[in-house]
Amino acid sequence: MGSHGIRDRVAIVGMGCTPFGEHWTRSADDLLIDAVGEAVTSAGITLDDIDAYWFGTQASGVSGLTLSRALHLPNKPVTRVENMCATGSEALRNACYAVASGAYDVAMAVGVEKLKDSGMSGLSGTAIPGAGDDSRGEITAPANFSLLAPAYAAKYGLAEEEMKDVITRIAWKNHVNGARNPRAQFRKEVPLERIRSAPIVAGMLGVFDCSGVSDGSAAAIVVRAEDAYKYTDRPIFVKALSFAAGPADGLLDPEYDFTTFPEVVASAQEAYRQAGITDPRAELALAEVHDCFTPTELVLMEDLGFAERGQGWKDVTSGAFDLDGSLPVNPDGGLKAFGHPIGASGLRMMFEAWLQLRGEAPAERTVKSVAEGRSLALTHNLGGGPGECVSFVSVVGSQLTE
Amino acid sequence: MAGLIAYGAYVPYHRLARTDVAAALGGRGGKGTRAVAGYDEDTTSMAVEAARGALAHDGLRARVSQLFLATAAPAYLDKTNATAVHAALGLDRHVLAADMAGSVRSGLGALVTAARSPVPTLTILSDLRTGLPGGADEVAGGDGAAAFVFGGHRNGAPVIAEVLAHDTVSDELLDRWRLPGAPVSRVWEERFAEEIYVSLADKALTAALDHAALDVGSIDHFVVAGLHTRACATVRRTAGVRPEAVTPDLTGAIGNAGTAQPGLLLADVLDRARPGETIALVVLGDGAGVLLLRATDALPAHRAARPVAAQIAAGSAPMPYATYLSWRGLLDREPPRRPDPEPPYAPPAHRRTGWKYGFVASRCEKCATRHLPPDRVCTSCRSIDAMTDEPMAHVRGTVATFTVDRLAATPSPPMLVVVVDYDGGGRFRCQLTDATEADAAIGARVEMTFRRTVTASGVHNYFWKARPVRTGETEGTH
Repeated sequence: MGSHGIRDRVAIVGMGCTPFGEHWTRSADDLLIDAVGEAVTSAGITLDDIDAYWFGTQASGVSGLTLSRALHLPNKPVTRVENMCATGSEALRNACYAVASGAYDVAMAVGVEKLKDSGMSGLSGTAIPGAGDDSRGEITAPANFSLLAPAYAAKYGLAEEEMKDVITRIAWKNHVNGARNPRAQFRKEVPLERIRSAPIVAGMLGVFDCSGVSDGSAAAIVVRAEDAYKYTDRPIFVKALSFAAGPADGLLDPEYDFTTFPEVVASAQEAYRQAGITDPRAELALAEVHDCFTPTELVLMEDLGFAERGQGWKDVTSGAFDLDGSLPVNPDGGLKAFGHPIGASGLRMMFEAWLQLRGEAPAERTVKSVAEGRSLALTHNLGGGPGECVSFVSVVGSQLTE
Repeated sequence: MAGLIAYGAYVPYHRLARTDVAAALGGRGGKGTRAVAGYDEDTTSMAVEAARGALAHDGLRARVSQLFLATAAPAYLDKTNATAVHAALGLDRHVLAADMAGSVRSGLGALVTAARSPVPTLTILSDLRTGLPGGADEVAGGDGAAAFVFGGHRNGAPVIAEVLAHDTVSDELLDRWRLPGAPVSRVWEERFAEEIYVSLADKALTAALDHAALDVGSIDHFVVAGLHTRACATVRRTAGVRPEAVTPDLTGAIGNAGTAQPGLLLADVLDRARPGETIALVVLGDGAGVLLLRATDALPAHRAARPVAAQIAAGSAPMPYATYLSWRGLLDREPPRRPDPEPPYAPPAHRRTGWKYGFVASRCEKCATRHLPPDRVCTSCRSIDAMTDEPMAHVRGTVATFTVDRLAATPSPPMLVVVVDYDGGGRFRCQLTDATEADAAIGARVEMTFRRTVTASGVHNYFWKARPVRTGETEGTH
C-alpha cells in the first residue's frame, strides 16, 4: 500500500491548445478537432497512432462518444472523466497512468468546454435532482471564493483596502501576462485603478477578480519516457502527479478558517515527494496555478509552499510572482486572462509548461528562469471551493532526473 | 383548570411608510408604518416563527396534541400548510395538523376552538395583507403571526390566563370578500356593516360576560380586532368599558394583520397584563366573537421572550416602496442572467424532513462532533451510523466569514451569505436575512429563522437562514 508516483516513466511529446474565448462560431466539436489536430501534428503522428483517449469535460457532453463522434474514431477506447474544474488535469493523469502501466503505447488526454452557448453569466451548475434538501445552500462561484478574502485579511491584519490592493495586483499581473499571449481570452493590460474600481460581483471581488468564462480545448500526447525522443527532441517528462479529494469538512468544522485549501497542501506535498522537490520556490522555473478568482491565487501561493503563511500578500505586492519575478506564476495569463473553459483548463496549464520548458513561448513572455537553468514546472488545478474541493498538482521537467 | 399556557408573536422586521406610498402614487400623505413580511416569508414561515416563540419553554412541544393554522393567505391550496409548521416544530407524528384557511374569521375560529378544546392545542394565526398599489389594504394592512397554546395546568407550564368565557355569533354578511385568486378584497360601503357589527359585538360580549358573571366595568384590557376599522372604533368607544381599559390597535406601527390581528393584539396585552386582570378580546368579521381571559399569578414569569412592543421597536427603517412592490410580485423586475432557481424535489426533501424543516443536525455519539447537515459518517472520527439527532434551530452562532453575492438569483439582491459557527460546535453556510450588507461581518451574532427561500416551478422551498440577533432578550433565553 502506498503512492509511488511515476517519475520519469512517461513523457508528453505533443500538445495542442485552441485560443480560449467566446467562440460564438465554433462548437465543442470544432474546438476538439482543432486541439487534437494540433497535438498530433506537433508530435508528428496521426490519429491512427493514438491507442487510447482520456477525455475530460465538465458538462459539454457525456461519455466517450462526445470525442469519438466528433473525430469519428474507429472503435478506440475513450474514457470520459469529470472532476469539476480539475477535469482536464484528471484526463492527463489517467492517460499518464495508462501508458506507465504498459497497457498502451500512445495515449491522448484531451479536454474541452463550451460555456458560452448557455446565455448565462458565469457558470451554470449542473442540476442534480436531490439538491432539494438544502444541504449546501445556493452560492455562486465568485461568492464562494470571495469567502477567502475577509478571512485572510482578518487573520493577518490587513485592512480591507490593503486586501483589495493585493488581489488587484494579482489580476493586474495576470492581465499583463495575458496581453503577451495570442491564445488568451483577454489580451490587454488593464490599469490597476480600473481593476480596483470595477463593478463588484461578490464580496470584495470585482469583475476583474474573476476568471474569464470561455470556450476552448487542449490536448496532450503521452508516451513512455524511453520512447519520447522518437517523437520530439524536447519531450516533457512527468515528475509527479497527485490528486486529493477533500473530506468536505470545511463547511462543517469551525477549525477551518478559510485562509487555506488543505486539499492543495496535501496534493502539493505529495507531488513534491514524488518529484523530489524540497524548495519549490527555488527549484521551479514557473508555476501555472488555479487562479479562478484573485484571492484563490493568493492563498495558493502559501498552500503550494511558494510563500510563508501570512506572507503571500507581501510577495504578491513585491512582484515575486510576476513574469520577471523570482518564481513566475501564470505566465500565460492564467484562468484570469487566458480564460477558463473548465474541462480544458488543466491541459491549458500544461500547454504553457510545455511551451516554456521547450523555449517556445513568445519572447515577450518567456520566463528567465529556464535560461538560468531551472527545468521544472508545476501545474495546479482545483475544483470546488473553500472548505470542500478537489486539488491536482503536477510537476513536469525537460530533463530526466539522474 | 384549563387555559392559556403559552403564547408567542411574530412581527416581521420590515416596515413600509405610508407617506412613501403616497409620494410614489400621489394622493394624501398617511401616517405611520405597516409591517411587511420579507421576500422570503409567507404565512407558513411566519406561523413557524410565532410558534417557536410560544414553544420556547422546555417540554411544551411534547404536550401539544393538535395544531391549527389559521390564515386568509395560505401558501398552498389542497396541500396542508400546517404540516410544514408541524415539521418545522418537530411535533410528534400523531399530532393533528390542519389548516383553517381562507377567511379572516378563521383566526377567531382557531382561537375559540383551541380555548375550548379538551386536548392541548397549538393554534396559530398568520396573515399577509397585500392588496393592490394605492389600495386601502396596502397601507392599512400588515403582516404577522401569533401563536397560543391552550391546555391544562402543569408544574413548569402553568396556566397563565384562565378562559373565563367565550361567545361567538355568526352572520352571513357581504361586508368583505374575495374570489379565489383575486389580488384584492372587495368591501361593501363601510356604514352598511358598522351598525351590524356593533350590535353583534354587544350580543357576544353580553353573553360572555353573563356566563362569567362579570360586569363590563371589570374589564381591565379591552381588545377589539377586525378589518372593519370604523366598527372596531365604535365598539371600543361604546361598549361601556372603562376608557383606560381600551388597548391600542398598533395599526400606526404595524398595520392590521387581518387574521393574525386578534392574536397580535392579545399577545401585546399578555406581554404586560398583571395577575388577576381581566382581558376581553372582541373580534369582528362575519359575526363577532369574544374571549374572556383572566391573567394568573403565573403570567409574569411565563411571558413570551419577545414582546410585541420589542419587535415593533426592533423593526427596520422604512423600506423603499419599490422594494415592497417587487417583493410582493407587483413590480416585475428583470431577473439576473442566471439559470432559474431550482425547485425542491419531493423525495430528498421528504427523506430529510427533520433537517430541511426542523434544522435537526446530527451529533457523533463517539466524539460529540456536530454535523450540519446531518451525516452518517463522522467527519472527525469517521464512525459510521453512530449519530444522534441534534436540534439546532435554537442555537445561536457567530459569523466566521461572509460574502455579498451580487450574481446569485434572489428575489432581493444582493444575497448575503454567512458561514456560521454555532455556540457549542458545528458550522453551516447559509443566507443572512433581515439584514443589510453592514450586518454581514466577521464576529456578528446570528440566530436561525425559518424562511421560504424561493418559489420555483410552482413549489415553495422552505429552509432556514441566519438573521442578526436584534431583539433585546438575553443570550440563551431558549
